[in-house]
Amino acid sequence: MAVAIIGAGQTKFGTRKDVNMPELAWEAIKQAMQTANVEQKDIDFMVVGNAGMWSSEAAVPALMYEYGKFENVGSMRVEAACATGNAAIRVGYTAIESGEADAVLILGVEKMQESPNPTVIELIGRFGSYFWEFENLGLTFPGYYAIHATAYMAKYGATEEDFAKVAVKNHHYGAKNPYAQFQREIKLEQALNAPYVAWPFKLFDCSPITDGSAAVILASEEKVKEWGIEEKIWIHSQGVGTGTANLSRRESFTSLKSASYAAEVAYKKAGIDIDAPYKYLDGADVHDCFTAAEVIAYEDLRFAKRGEGVQLVREEQTYIGGRIPVNVDGGLKAKGHPIGATGVSQAVEAWKQLLSKAENGRQVDVKNGRYLAHNVGGTGHYSYVTIYGLEKPR
Amino acid sequence: MEDLRKAAETNIKEYGFPVAIDEKSGALQWVDMRELHLKYIISIENIQEFFEGLRDGKLLATKCKKCGELFFPPQKDCPTCMDSDMEWFELKKEGVLETLTVIFVRPPSFSAYEPYTVAIAKLDDGVRVTAWLRGDPQKVRPGQRVKIEIAKRKEGYLMYEIVPVEG
Repeated sequence: MAVAIIGAGQTKFGTRKDVNMPELAWEAIKQAMQTANVEQKDIDFMVVGNAGMWSSEAAVPALMYEYGKFENVGSMRVEAACATGNAAIRVGYTAIESGEADAVLILGVEKMQESPNPTVIELIGRFGSYFWEFENLGLTFPGYYAIHATAYMAKYGATEEDFAKVAVKNHHYGAKNPYAQFQREIKLEQALNAPYVAWPFKLFDCSPITDGSAAVILASEEKVKEWGIEEKIWIHSQGVGTGTANLSRRESFTSLKSASYAAEVAYKKAGIDIDAPYKYLDGADVHDCFTAAEVIAYEDLRFAKRGEGVQLVREEQTYIGGRIPVNVDGGLKAKGHPIGATGVSQAVEAWKQLLSKAENGRQVDVKNGRYLAHNVGGTGHYSYVTIYGLEKPR
Repeated sequence: MEDLRKAAETNIKEYGFPVAIDEKSGALQWVDMRELHLKYIISIENIQEFFEGLRDGKLLATKCKKCGELFFPPQKDCPTCMDSDMEWFELKKEGVLETLTVIFVRPPSFSAYEPYTVAIAKLDDGVRVTAWLRGDPQKVRPGQRVKIEIAKRKEGYLMYEIVPVEG
């Protein structure tokens, strides 16, 4: 049973002191339901991606059932660190594919700024292996990825300037996205002169702490027909991978094994040539929680050969007009990274791009009718690669 | 956070509720009156030899008696053999530095420390160890020889560290 996204919504990402958790979530849910033209009674399952801890409300599915007046709907909250959003999509997608559900509301929501920044830094550090990496070593999230950045620099000769260029690109597009946390361009020097967070990462190499929410409505092929839905995109395939909890149990720090595996699975299922997948895609949202992570993603996703991801940056091949536009919504870097909402927001972006609804200056050319989302939890602990398309998958 | 808490205390008296205005947005916030402290109690019953080893200056891994696989961090069970017949194996404490980072922005629970370097080394025995690197991070580079030393942390207990080998 093919599965379509028939509606999508997303809030402004950033500091959202103006709303509480259910108000923030409802902003996205309302848009998703209105674009899909569905009512509460049409939804038979609700999956909420929310990592939580830093925010007060934990029973978010029930909270939104109550706030949104849903009825006769199954629900759950899922967590896969920073891949929480795409994990929520995974649950809804498989529920419809198996015939257990017809129309699923996927909500990703995070209110990280209900806690002060130091507390959030403390909590995010615990997304690795708590006992062996945090308790005695105090690894922070920028630190986990910086370990990869250092290895990449040593192996392939990339520089801090190369990484800064990723931030410049993503801010360039963030400036054109009214939903982005940072709607301003930055200069290379600005990024290079910022203070270190975790060497070699400086402030502009890191995604921010964000409040935000995104939602999509998934529907079965049958419902798409029954409701006469015109505006939709389809889930063509999804690959899911897992990595070790401890970084020391990994063979390589210049690749995320879980992500390259997830990509391979997704490409194969969608019938995409894994040697040149960019020829089949119009663009991609990749998990740029840190700048170097975007470069490594280019290689794990086979947009470039091993060691050549940095060339794509230098040649500006991931701007619109290049080999493949990447993160033209600003990415996690500039759009913001509300953990549970990020993966769902990537789906919203695929929906907008493929249906040519993106804002001026950041709309890609839709030629192949396919868009990719790459969502990573932890440092490759969980990887989700999802391929969305305009045509119904065969 | 401290400012918000103070404002809330004042506002309890003046306004009647623990509220404060967010400076940037001007939006009214309720300042939570409940607080949670987390401190976990974690079982090390089955890897206590590892800590005894540190006391004797040794870095120990577990080794499956059947297939010979080494596990570091040490673990109780061999998932390949579906067996728990393990022995303790003393690692040689020498190897090669693979990668590192310097943590400048530290979690509050590490605020007593200056920026610290976290590194990963591959030991000659084949396992990798993640640990703090002692010394100037600017003087080391991936690929160089390192050793493991056991030293007391600021908190007073023993921990293994990665130390660059001179020359």
